[in-house]
Amino acid sequence: MLKENIIDATKWVDRYSDYLYNYTIVRVNDREIAQDLISETFLAGLKSKDNFKGEATERTWLISILKRKIIDYYRKINSRKGKAEVRMSYTDENAEGDWLEERVSDPFDKTAEDTMENEELGMAIMNCLDGLNEKQATIFKMKTIDGFDTEAICNEYNITPSNLWVIIHRARKAMAECLEEKWF
Amino acid sequence: MSIKIKCPEANHVCDKNQYKEATFWEKVRLNIHLIFCKACRKYSARNMKLSKMVKDPKVKVMPKQVKEELKEQIKREMSK
Repeated sequence: MLKENIIDATKWVDRYSDYLYNYTIVRVNDREIAQDLISETFLAGLKSKDNFKGEATERTWLISILKRKIIDYYRKINSRKGKAEVRMSYTDENAEGDWLEERVSDPFDKTAEDTMENEELGMAIMNCLDGLNEKQATIFKMKTIDGFDTEAICNEYNITPSNLWVIIHRARKAMAECLEEKWF
Repeated sequence: MSIKIKCPEANHVCDKNQYKEATFWEKVRLNIHLIFCKACRKYSARNMKLSKMVKDPKVKVMPKQVKEELKEQIKREMSK
């Protein structure tokens, strides 16, 4: 970790973007908008980095900026829609019919609780990734979530496959332990 | 190569298997090892669970390209 009160913006993307991304996606549910909001957050952070007093960690501080951006975004879409107006419509505009029978929920569909669980899972995994060191975390993410193959990662980081597997093993062990505490 | 393997190797095969990179014989040897090794059974079970969780579509990372663009943007902004 860095000294708390020194800001190193060049490392922001590597360190925090995935965390912020998951945080935002849960709330706005749109990739592009999430990306825009995060980029705005980083820029706003740069502008006001002199105000950062080192009372919180960098990430908490960035999250607090991001929260304000998300609220602004909510406001914006709300005023466009015509404030408190409630509209009911099919998610699919082209679907025919307005009968209530057609709106009965599908028991095999995902319930709200399922989705919520998944959303929290995303954050739980991001939090556990935080516990790894930076190299382990990036390599684990590349291999497991992005699905890069061994060779590509080895080339990029200039390591041997057995090095890679040792890193992966340590990361998986730590992740499993961390998630077990919080989730299993 | 003998049919019996030691725990570190079993773990290694188990890790590889999470990415579908273990060969058929490695998997056979792993499963034989798991029959009599409780610790590795536990590791294996956890490992599978972890794979399943991470595969969840809700767990996302930012696309690499977007990250690069962001980095550029920050650099530009800093040199102003």
